[in-house]
Amino acid sequence: MAESTLQTDRPEGLDGFVRDWSSDQRTFKRVSWGKAMMWIFLLSDTFVFSIFLIGYMSARMSTKSDWPNTSEVFSLHVGGADLPLLLIAIMTFVLISSSGTMAMAVRCGYARARKATAGLMYLTALLGATFVGMQVFEWTKLIQEGVRPWGNPFGAEQFGASFFMITGFHGTHVSIGVLFLIIIATKIWRGEFDRPGRTWLKSDAGDYEAVEIMGLYWHFVDLVWVFIFAFFYLW
Amino acid sequence: MTDTTTLKPPTAHVEGQQHPLKLYFLVWGLLFVLSAFSYFVDYVGLQGLLRWSLIIVFMLLKAGLIVAVFMHIAWERLALAYAILLPPLAVLAFLAVMTFESDYTLSTRISVFSGP
Repeated sequence: MAESTLQTDRPEGLDGFVRDWSSDQRTFKRVSWGKAMMWIFLLSDTFVFSIFLIGYMSARMSTKSDWPNTSEVFSLHVGGADLPLLLIAIMTFVLISSSGTMAMAVRCGYARARKATAGLMYLTALLGATFVGMQVFEWTKLIQEGVRPWGNPFGAEQFGASFFMITGFHGTHVSIGVLFLIIIATKIWRGEFDRPGRTWLKSDAGDYEAVEIMGLYWHFVDLVWVFIFAFFYLW
Repeated sequence: MTDTTTLKPPTAHVEGQQHPLKLYFLVWGLLFVLSAFSYFVDYVGLQGLLRWSLIIVFMLLKAGLIVAVFMHIAWERLALAYAILLPPLAVLAFLAVMTFESDYTLSTRISVFSGP
């Protein structure tokens, strides 16, 4: 098969890089089109989130008013003490946990452990849904305190617009990820990935690459949160 | 030309990305620890250069671990890794441009809207 010529005898390192890019037919050897396209989509998404964060930076740098103190705005009142950023910290740990379970799911997928893969993907989806749930709680709390896209009681007016735009777009990504996790996990649970024949998610029986591609998306969502956590909440 | 650097027989079947469980758990643990560290930076109220440099370092370490291990870029061919990792560097140029632009906007706001 043509695949075997793609898999062997390719030089590694910089030499391989030059040869892959100057070769005919395809650049990304040993990478399926599905995975390559997911990576290219994620690259475009990187630019989207970069531009949001740079827009937020510009708004924050160019305003005369003081930026709201995120440490206080996002604090939770627990047992008579204000704990700064407590909810955000929990959300961060939930999302990292979901990334871990997703990585395990990918590994189980390639080991063709059908039930383990589906189970871990369901767990990932559950953690993702928990994250979105906590985000809804956070939004509700801030809206009740009077934070709007055009103003808020804590400081610079641009705070609300930046906050709702960035976390809203990220939350949408998580929600779409949860939906797709459930769809793929259910198909795996039913054994559809072990049946022969091509579908939109597999080329033949036992082709679990869709799990890895789903994983790429999910880890990317976690990756974006790393940057939002640093720049929006901690800065 | 010596193309045959790999000793794999042509029938070797590449079975996707399979890496030791230990590595995944290590990265998972490190992500937890690094997140705790960055939260701690805020909790103890570090300020100034120390705060920003620590936040950025923890952030970049976390991002690197996720991309390299969880997203398997460390095991992909350089053709793909460079195609994905190099273009975002253009963001840095945009970042620099907008830094100057924001400073200029602020200076005009201060001089025009500062009242009588």
